[in-house]
Amino acid sequence: MSGVADSLLAALIVAGLYMIATSRLGACVRASAVQGVILGALPIALEWSKGLGPLPAHAALLALGALVIKAILIPRLLLRSIREAGVRREVEPMTSLHVSIVGAALLVGLAFWLASRMALPFPPPSPLLVPAALSNVLLGFLLVVARRQAITQVVGYLVLENGVFVFGLGLASQQPIAVELSVLLDLLVGVFVMGIAINHISETFDHMDTTELTSLRE
Amino acid sequence: MISASWFVFVIPATAALAAWRIRPVRLQLGVLIGTAVVHLLTTASLWRSRLPDTSGMIGIDALGLLVLSLVALLFLAASVYSVSYLLDGTHDDAAAPERFVPCMLAFLASMSLVTVSRNLALLWAGVEATTLASAPLIYFYRRPGSLEAAWKYLLICSVGIALALLGTFFLGVAATTGAAPAPGLGIDQMITAARSLDPRWLRAAFVLVLVGYGTKMGLAPLHTWLPDAHSQAPSPVSALLSGALLNCALLGLLRFYAICVAAGDAAFAQKLFLVLGFASLLVAAGLLIGQRDYKRLLAYSSVENMGVIAIGLGFAGTATYGALLHVVNHSIIKAALFLLAGNVLRAYGTTTAGDVRGANRRLPLSAALMMLGAFAIGGSPPFGPFTSEVSIFLSAMRGSAPWLAVLFALLLGVAFVAIAGTLFPMLQGGDPSATGGGGFPRERLLTLAPPAALAAVAVGLGIYVPADLDTLLRSASGVLGG
Repeated sequence: MSGVADSLLAALIVAGLYMIATSRLGACVRASAVQGVILGALPIALEWSKGLGPLPAHAALLALGALVIKAILIPRLLLRSIREAGVRREVEPMTSLHVSIVGAALLVGLAFWLASRMALPFPPPSPLLVPAALSNVLLGFLLVVARRQAITQVVGYLVLENGVFVFGLGLASQQPIAVELSVLLDLLVGVFVMGIAINHISETFDHMDTTELTSLRE
Repeated sequence: MISASWFVFVIPATAALAAWRIRPVRLQLGVLIGTAVVHLLTTASLWRSRLPDTSGMIGIDALGLLVLSLVALLFLAASVYSVSYLLDGTHDDAAAPERFVPCMLAFLASMSLVTVSRNLALLWAGVEATTLASAPLIYFYRRPGSLEAAWKYLLICSVGIALALLGTFFLGVAATTGAAPAPGLGIDQMITAARSLDPRWLRAAFVLVLVGYGTKMGLAPLHTWLPDAHSQAPSPVSALLSGALLNCALLGLLRFYAICVAAGDAAFAQKLFLVLGFASLLVAAGLLIGQRDYKRLLAYSSVENMGVIAIGLGFAGTATYGALLHVVNHSIIKAALFLLAGNVLRAYGTTTAGDVRGANRRLPLSAALMMLGAFAIGGSPPFGPFTSEVSIFLSAMRGSAPWLAVLFALLLGVAFVAIAGTLFPMLQGGDPSATGGGGFPRERLLTLAPPAALAAVAVGLGIYVPADLDTLLRSASGVLGG
């Protein structure tokens, strides 16, 4: 069954790359929802890659939490933000999309290289776990710094968090579930607060281009 | 078992929910003050409990109690100050004053959660929650500038703290050797198992956590959000951000540092502390010179003092005690200064230092206290920061790199001159009638008593450190190898 987990992790990297490559804001948010679905399936796939059997409550709860928060609630919040803020529907990259696609490919390469250097002290549940986690952390970072619009920066933060979440899944079984759910809850509230801030930004400045948030400086 | 450590975050969290449902602002303020008093009393009761209480996910130890006590004290001061702040009707551009109290209480709950977490992932959740609770407070005045500050704060700190979570998981990897059952992410289990941690993953974890919590703590070059947020927030919020919140981020960092110490790899962490500490001191000294906005001046002074604390930790040994004492001194005096800056701001209606003249005539008591505060934060005797900075300096002189100690003292001197150069002309001389504002000619008890009380504590700590506090500091620095 480890083939399923490998495929899911590969799909996670592809979804991250798609978010860099797409020029549509809505598509970017939907791709983050796809990542959420993958993250919902991943705890189960990783559990079953050790052998089929009844699903432990821990994995089931984690899968449900990730699915509800990352695949449903957060994308809905963001899509509503796009609708209400009435923003332009194109992502606005700082550099051309081609450049960021090349950058993204390099970052994924870097993630695989780093993962090969940092040998885990225990056999990972899937060889793709660490590369996929680091890829998404780096791709999320790229989205935060290389996009003008506030909403794409939030999506970037989400992708980064997704990467961290995947890494956490590698050691999921050792943690109290309450802790992991509170981390997920934090993320939900975080995106909620950021969504409100985005609405205020678009009301105040008539757009949500963060390059013009530069009145405070030395 | 439910101990008093649970109450310190459950009570404010409950009160925050209650305040959310209450509409009249006066009633909300009653809830705010009541909760602040109960929170302070609960914290005081923890001083009598046996430390450390590490029975579960929630518990208290010397380090946590130190930070929690500062949070409780400053929160009460800021709450009392807020009463006049909210009722005097200076908030034409604050669209929703009724949001203030619930967010303040949620902020208190999240900071308290950080101090009592015995699990590193739970601690992370608490630190992230502090960001979310305080961002609306920074945007209290619905101005473009405060919106910009709140957005930068949210995004930079959230991204930074996400890296701290990755670092937390890295530590989880370091603890999973495959042979023994994994200890989870409990702080106490980690310290017990520290010797068997994988050293490479431990180092990687510390670097990520230093970047993550260092961002939130305001260490240069990750401090960029800090001056904006501190200068745009209402003054009682600025006082809490600087005096209480930065310490919570520092606490997150210290938890990992304690694990490095227990693992016998403290030297690596200390080098990094020194690098970031001196970077902060340099950047802050540079930007303090010629700083025209007095709230930004105080914010950069916080960057400077976080640098001092990091340097104290980096020098290690007896400097660790000095660093922790400096945490206490900086919090109290900086909170007092931000509250006093709020008085000046309300009297003159500007944060530009050049437009404020003759405050000693318009606001005699505030100006006198602010003068005292400027001397204290600059590290002059007989105030608290002098004691702690000298103890860090002396410990460094005895260490392997005395020239670093000289550089340390030199940069502190530059910062002091820069702070004095901006604040003193505001406080004395000049004709106050020549400057603008003037909505609040008289000083009020409620906006004067909190900073006065904090200043009194700062003076007291400069003269002597009470035995109880000394014991607490010793036991806390013991965990950090000092």
